Amino acid sequence: MNIQLTVNGTRHDLDVEARRTLADALRDDLGLTGTHLGCEHGVCGACTVLIDGGPVRACLMLAVQADGSSITTVEGMAGDDGSLHPLQEAFSTHHGLQCGFCTPGMLMSALDLLHREERPCRARIREELSGNICRCTGYAGIVDAVEAAAAEMAVETGPA
Amino acid sequence: MKPAPFDYLRARSLGEAVRALADAAGDGKIIAGGQSLMPVLALRMARPRLLVDINRIPGLSTITPVDTGVRLGALVRHARLVEQTLHPLLAEAARWIGHAAIRSRGTSGGSIAHADPAAELPVVAAALEATIHIAGPGGTRTSTATDLFTGPLETTLAEDELITAIDMPAPERWGFAEFSRRHGDFGLVTVVAAEVRGRWRLAIGGVGGVPHRPAEAEDLLNDGGSPDQVAAAAAAAVTPSGDIHASAEYRRAMMEEFTRRALTAATQKAVA
Repeated sequence: MNIQLTVNGTRHDLDVEARRTLADALRDDLGLTGTHLGCEHGVCGACTVLIDGGPVRACLMLAVQADGSSITTVEGMAGDDGSLHPLQEAFSTHHGLQCGFCTPGMLMSALDLLHREERPCRARIREELSGNICRCTGYAGIVDAVEAAAAEMAVETGPA
Repeated sequence: MKPAPFDYLRARSLGEAVRALADAAGDGKIIAGGQSLMPVLALRMARPRLLVDINRIPGLSTITPVDTGVRLGALVRHARLVEQTLHPLLAEAARWIGHAAIRSRGTSGGSIAHADPAAELPVVAAALEATIHIAGPGGTRTSTATDLFTGPLETTLAEDELITAIDMPAPERWGFAEFSRRHGDFGLVTVVAAEVRGRWRLAIGGVGGVPHRPAEAEDLLNDGGSPDQVAAAAAAAVTPSGDIHASAEYRRAMMEEFTRRALTAATQKAVA
């Protein structure tokens, strides 16, 4: 089937098999391998991307279902000049990753959370990231990173 | 972990979807949010010949006030249920469904049709005695939630029928209590207590094949029984099974405790 996806602002026309997941289309057809696949059945959260602004597990959506939509992947987080997003900076500073496999999903879920809530407390951050599994860090560094990025972004935005 | 090949139809109308399902003669599946079906396809526990995608059928995504409460179109996503203010019980229950990435895709109709006895919306539908609107090749019909659910992941829906809307009555008072080991997991036990048009109902999820309505406990509640008495009666009425997640005794104890909590929440709301 012919579909059209806008990924990180770039339009792509694709011909995919109906059974192709969005995650496979991003990785294998578009070469955007930042979106990781862990469990491939909606448990680990590694493949989380934003579709039309909302978080979606890319392994639980068919590429044909995403036809016409606008997708943000981890590759779309950094600035055009390559400068890292405050969340990415904070994950680095606060040791929010070790092997890095879960990191794209963690970043996407955290990005979605910070779109919705400016300064979530640690309990909220844990609750919202509970759909993303990390086998290395014990999560403490990840929660630190999201908390720090929220503070950083609030400073950037300034008082409303 | 890839789905087996299938034909795919992006239905543009209910009629087209129903005809396609009928033509598939039992070998077709509806896909809406896909949050339950996609894992089943990936694990190849199901290999339908045809997938009928109903996501782009117009008119199925609305939340409409009706006489008794609200009518949820089958494609209303859980994330929207969390945000809406017409039906506070639904907002609270939806907050407990999975994670943000699941709530942005999963649908009301899908959750009811999938009929997982541990899922939140089937328990709410049972407690509110929701009316399910169903379309099929012969036209439309309605069913009560209680009649729809026949077993774990089993309903009276025919292979060529699909849910179009769910009428959820608005309760005067309600309480919702759920326990899961991690946020977003299916509830080990989920209890809804709701007073609809002056009569209290109780529904308990996660302790049987379908959302359980403990009749004796409901009668006791309507006759002015205390939360402790009602909770004890509710726990006495079922025989939960034990599995790797929890023993039968633990489930029964949790059921009693969470029934008490739901009732306490409901009563406190009345005072406030």
